[in-house]
Amino acid sequence: MSGSRKLLIISGVVLAIWGMSFGLYYALFAEHQALDKIGGALATGFTQGAQGDLVEARASLQVYADTQFVYVRSVDVHSHWIGLAIMLIVFGVAFDRVGLTERRRMLLAWSLVIGSATFPLGVILQTLDRGIIPQAVAAIGAVLVITALAAIALGFARSERDS
Amino acid sequence: MSAQRLLIIGGITLIVAGMIFGDVFAVFVLHQNANRIGETLLAVADAVAAKDSAAVNALFTNIGGFLENRGTKVDAHVHVIDFGYLALLLALIQPYVALAERARKRLALLFIIGAVMLPVSVFSIHYVGLRYSPLSTIGWASIFADLGGLFVIIACIGELIGLSRRVRGSGDGIAEGRSDKDRSWASRALFTGGTLLILVGFLHGAFYAVFDLQAHESQDQVALETLVNASAAQQSKTTPNMGDAHTVVEGYGIIQAEKAVNIAAHSHIIEFGLLAIMLAFIQEHVFLAEPWKRRWAALLLSGSTVLPIFVLLELRLGLVAGGIADVGGLLVIIALIATLVGVLRTKRQGAAA
Repeated sequence: MSGSRKLLIISGVVLAIWGMSFGLYYALFAEHQALDKIGGALATGFTQGAQGDLVEARASLQVYADTQFVYVRSVDVHSHWIGLAIMLIVFGVAFDRVGLTERRRMLLAWSLVIGSATFPLGVILQTLDRGIIPQAVAAIGAVLVITALAAIALGFARSERDS
Repeated sequence: MSAQRLLIIGGITLIVAGMIFGDVFAVFVLHQNANRIGETLLAVADAVAAKDSAAVNALFTNIGGFLENRGTKVDAHVHVIDFGYLALLLALIQPYVALAERARKRLALLFIIGAVMLPVSVFSIHYVGLRYSPLSTIGWASIFADLGGLFVIIACIGELIGLSRRVRGSGDGIAEGRSDKDRSWASRALFTGGTLLILVGFLHGAFYAVFDLQAHESQDQVALETLVNASAAQQSKTTPNMGDAHTVVEGYGIIQAEKAVNIAAHSHIIEFGLLAIMLAFIQEHVFLAEPWKRRWAALLLSGSTVLPIFVLLELRLGLVAGGIADVGGLLVIIALIATLVGVLRTKRQGAAA
């Protein structure tokens, strides 16, 4: 088995275990609390509105929006890490079909692996800091994955043409 | 039947079942449920205007019920399809699992039982509730869903043990073919097409995340605040005018719909890409004449492109786009059933064709 295939398959399995562990941790210790908080803050906001207390209603809706922001990103990160892991494993099984030299395939494999790990990492960091750095981390990860995917598609097409 | 064949047949059947369920859910439940949530939100606005806090709480409990109904069906749809993908993935690694064929068959069977039990139980959660449950917070449906999940986990651990035995070099020679060797036109087309679909899905996801996601989240919050304010503003009036509140609820519905179609298009195009790549691997197990394999591959890729594009266009073109998206889904289902028929045929029948 070539080095690039090994890298993709092993990284895929590690990332899948990491993504599932994150999901398990989130489901056990955070998800139900988050869902209760989202539903509770929404209902409280409208109840306070019914009581004519619009300042408190607004504060409750802000709690709803903040909790929803974190919840959406946490669930997204869990599914993206696992989805990207499956993609790494699937590509790993057939990476020798990419019509490029092993050195270039290795480069693409690293690009996919680093991108697949950092893109969701940037997204989850946004729950801690809404500044530019987490967004930049996510963007760099996404660019690495997209560039690698485009090159792999080209490599497959090239390999098919040659065969 | 070998473990690999069992997993391929089980995997494709699960994906087909999940897609048909998704179509039925979209046509008969999804939109009606969204309408009911919208109507209840309008009732919430009326209750706010009437200063009726108890009614607000009761209505939000109803919305919780609608969301649970929707959520459990989406979960069932997603899990049954994802287990199908996982079954295909496990089928691909069977040549590397160093366990006796009998043990591999048992693991495959256990995986499929769990993969059916979990989504069926999740679907039942909304209907069974806590009836006859020995526990105060978890019903029988949830217990069986967890049991199904446990079966899947045990099967996956068994496969991992087999893989690690192979890595340690204790595996015997395994007769099953190496699925990465197939170089037929159908396999190549599915491979390249699948990679392109994933690429397009990624580009769309990145575009949505950069330009629309945060805007939708802010609009969501602003719409809810405006709804509370517009309803509360009518509290002092003898004849409340709820026109503004109703307009806000309509806008809120559009924001939710925009989010939903973007997420659905993004996830469907990437999942179809992965499906195409996995089907590329199993082409050597599809006993159909080469021209038919080509046709089904082309049909699958066409449906996989049509469905997400027209899901995305649903807000602009309305029901026409929804109908075309459903046709795209139907094309994928037909191609999958044809592939399944090819897998179920014997090698001899395939050669005769």
